[in-house]
Amino acid sequence: MDRPKLSFFRMSKLSGDFIFKGVVGLFALGIIVLAFLLFREPFIESQLSRNAFGFGFLTGSTWDPVNEVFGALPFIFGTLVSSFLALLIAVPFSLGIAIFLSELAPEKLRTPLSFIIELLAAVPSVIIGLWGIFILAPFLRDYLAPPLSTYLGFLPLFQGPMYGLSMLTGSVILAIMVIPITSSVSREVIMTVPTQQREAALALGATGWETTRIAVLPYARSGIFGAVILGFGRAVGETMAVTMVIGNSSHISASLFSPSDTMASVIANQFLETAGSKLYISSLIEVGFLLLVVSVIINIGARILVWKFLKVERGAA
Amino acid sequence: MPEKITIENLNAWFETKQALHDINLSIQENMITAIIGPSGCGKSTFIRCLNRMHEVVPKAKISGKVLVDGKNIYESDVDPVDIRRRIGMVFQKANPFPTMSISDNVVAGLKLSGVKDKKILDNIAEESLKKAALWDEVKNDLNKSGVSLSGGQQQRLCIARALAVEPEIILFDEPCSALDPISTSKIEDLMLELKEKYTIVIVTHNMQQAARVSDYTAFFLYGKLIEFGETNQIFKKPMEKSTEDYIVGRFG
Amino acid sequence: MKWNKRKLIDRIMSFLTAACVVIAIIPLLSILYTVTLNGISAINIDFLTQLPKPVGEAGGGLGNAIQGTFIVVGIACLIGLPVGILSGVYLSEYGENKFGRMVSFVADVLTGTPSIVAGIFGYTFIVLYFGFSAIAGGVAISVLMIPIVARTTEESLKLVPGSLREASLALGIPRWKTILHIVLSTAMSGIITGALLAIARVSGETAPLLLTAFGNPFWAVGIDKPISTLPAQIFTYAISPFPDWHTKAWGGALILIILILILNIGVRLITRRKYRV
Repeated sequence: MDRPKLSFFRMSKLSGDFIFKGVVGLFALGIIVLAFLLFREPFIESQLSRNAFGFGFLTGSTWDPVNEVFGALPFIFGTLVSSFLALLIAVPFSLGIAIFLSELAPEKLRTPLSFIIELLAAVPSVIIGLWGIFILAPFLRDYLAPPLSTYLGFLPLFQGPMYGLSMLTGSVILAIMVIPITSSVSREVIMTVPTQQREAALALGATGWETTRIAVLPYARSGIFGAVILGFGRAVGETMAVTMVIGNSSHISASLFSPSDTMASVIANQFLETAGSKLYISSLIEVGFLLLVVSVIINIGARILVWKFLKVERGAA
Repeated sequence: MPEKITIENLNAWFETKQALHDINLSIQENMITAIIGPSGCGKSTFIRCLNRMHEVVPKAKISGKVLVDGKNIYESDVDPVDIRRRIGMVFQKANPFPTMSISDNVVAGLKLSGVKDKKILDNIAEESLKKAALWDEVKNDLNKSGVSLSGGQQQRLCIARALAVEPEIILFDEPCSALDPISTSKIEDLMLELKEKYTIVIVTHNMQQAARVSDYTAFFLYGKLIEFGETNQIFKKPMEKSTEDYIVGRFG
Repeated sequence: MKWNKRKLIDRIMSFLTAACVVIAIIPLLSILYTVTLNGISAINIDFLTQLPKPVGEAGGGLGNAIQGTFIVVGIACLIGLPVGILSGVYLSEYGENKFGRMVSFVADVLTGTPSIVAGIFGYTFIVLYFGFSAIAGGVAISVLMIPIVARTTEESLKLVPGSLREASLALGIPRWKTILHIVLSTAMSGIITGALLAIARVSGETAPLLLTAFGNPFWAVGIDKPISTLPAQIFTYAISPFPDWHTKAWGGALILIILILILNIGVRLITRRKYRV
C-alpha cells in the first residue's frame, strides 16, 4: 500500500506554531490596548474641562450648564451616598443568602435557589429601571417613606416630602442589583472553607449556625470583604436603573427623600442635551473618566482580596 | 545487534529539581526494553525524554544526548514534531480524543498532517486497528465516539492511533496500570507481536509484567540508572543490592 | 435548658437566612410578573413589525428597534467574539508568563467597566470622527463583551485535560494544530456557552447605546447611520410622560426579556450535552 510521505511540511510547521502564537498573542495584546484606550480617549477629550476647572472640578458643588460652571461634587456625593446605602441594605441580605445556600439549606435546594438569585443579574438594567419607576418608587413612597418620616423624621435624612424618584429609591434599586454578585461571590468564598474547619466545630457538638459563626465566617472574612467591595464596584458603575429612578437633580440634599444624581446617571441623562457646548460635553466626559478611575481602583482592590483568598484556599486544599 | 537509541549523559530537571542524573543506556532494535523502579524514580521522565515530550512541561530542562539511529534528537536543527512522528507514545491513562469517532481517532495524526484521501485514511485505520488487535471488536462501530469503548479497548485504540503514523519506536508509559488483568494480557500479547516491526520501550511498576514481556530491563532509583541488563539476568541474578531489594519487594 | 436555647438560636438563624433568600427573590418575581402582565397587552403583530408613531397617534411598533438591536449586537459579536475567543486561547495555551498574567488581570478588571464608560469610549473613539452610528454602538458594546468572552474561553480551555494535548503532541501533531483541532473542539460547548451568556448580557445594555447609536425613528439605512435599539427605545418610552408610551415600554421590555431568556435556555440545552472526558 502506498503510504503518504509525511515530513514535507518541515518549514511551514515551524512557522505555523510561530504564526499561531503570534496571532493569538496579538489579540491578547489587544485587550491591553483596549484598556489603554479606555483611559486615554476620555482623558484627552476632558482636556477642556480640566483646564477650565482644575481640581476645583472635584470640589465644586455648582453644576450650571446655562452659565457653563461645572463642579462634579453633587454627583460624587450622589454616587457615594447611594452606593453606601445600597451596601448597607444589600450586605446583610447577601451574607444571609450566602450562609443559607452554602451552610444551612437542604442540599437539594442549593443549586436551584442560587440559580434564581443569579438570574436577577441577567435582567437588563433598563428593565429593572422601568420596574423601579412604576412599581418600586410608588411602593416606597406610599409604604416606606411615611413611617420613616413619622418615627425618624427628626433626622435630616428623612425630612421633606418624599418624591417617588429619589436617592432612597435609587439606593434600594442598587441594593437589589448588588445582591446577586455579592451573595454569589460570598457563597463561593464560604464554600472554599476547608471541611476540617467545620468538622472540628461539629465534633465539639456545635449546631449548624454555631459552626458557621465560629468556624466558617471568621475564616472567610477577608474573602467576604472582597465580595462586598466587588458589590460596591457594581453599585458605583451601575447606570440605567439608577438614572431612571433617582430623580435627576444636581443639588446636594441631606434628605434621602430628595431627587439626586450619580456620576453615571448625570452622563446618561445629560449627554445628549449639551446643545453643542464643548465645555459641557468635556465636563461630562471628565465625570466619566473619574468614574472609570474610581471603579477600576475598587475592582482591582476587590479582585486582589478575592483572588488571594481563593488562591490560598485552593492551594491548600 | 543494532542499537536503535543511545542515551548519553542524560540529565533532566523540573524547574530546579533534578529528576534524572547522568543516564547512559542503549536500547536495541526490535527488542522490548522495560524500565522499572519505585514511583518517583524518574522512569516516566526518562521515557518522555526519548520523544521530546519532557519539554512540553513548563520550565522543564534537559542536558545530554539522545541518539536515534546515531542522530542526536536534541540538536537545534531537529523539529520535535518529526521526532514524535518517528517515536510514538502510549500513555498511562487511555486518552482518545472525545470529540472524534473511533476511526477518526486512529487517523487523527495523519489527517492533521494533511492527508485528505478518504480511501487511504480508511485503509490505514483498518490496518492499524488490526495491528492493535481491536478491529474485530469495533469494525461495526467505527463511527461511534472513541470514549464509548471500555478502558482496555480505549488503550488499544490509543495504540492503533500511535501505529497509524508509522513510527519506528513506540514508548509505553505504564500502559496497563489502569486496566484489568484480561485487558492487560491482551496488551502484553500485542506488544510481543509488535516487536517484530518496532522497537519498544515500556515503563512499568509491575515487575511480573517486565519479566513477561521484556528482553532487557533497566532499574531506576532516585533518578539514577542503577542496573541495566538482560531481563533474565536482572531478575535472576541482579548485581546490585538495591535491585535485588526492589525485585524481592523489600521496598517500592 | 442550655441545649434547647442553642437549638432555638440555630432554628432562628436558619429561618432568618432563608428569609433573606425569599426577600431577595421577591423583586425578581415582581419584575417578571409586571413585565409579563403589562407587556402582553402591548404586543401584537404591528408592535413587532411597524415603525413607531409620533405621540398621540395610536398604533405603531418597535420593529425598527428590534431590527436595530440585532444589527448592533451583531456588529458587537463580529468584533467581540474573535478578539475575546482568540485572546482566551492565548491566555489558556500560552499565558503562563508575565504578559499572560497581566492580560488575564486586565481582562478581569475590565469586566467591571461601568457600561456608561463604554459609551463614552464609543463616543470619543468613533462618534467624534464618524458620527452617531450602529458601528459606534457595536464598538461600545463589544468593549463590554471582550473581557467576558476572553475569560470564559480561557476557563473552558483550561478544563480540557492536559492528557489530550499530550496525546496529540505525541502523535507528531504541531502545537498549533493540536490547539485548533483537538483542544478547541473539545472545549467548544464551553466556549459557545460563554459566548451566548456574553451576548445575553450585552443585548440589554442601554447606557452605551445612548451615547453612540443615538436612535432613529425609521428602519435602519446603514451601519454608518444612527440606529434605534430596543433597550434605548424602552428607556425613551419609560421616562416619557405619556401612558401610551409606558405601555410600549412594557411591551418592549417583555420582548427583550424573552430574547434574553431564549439565549439563557439555549445555554442550558448546550451545556446539558456536555462532552465526556
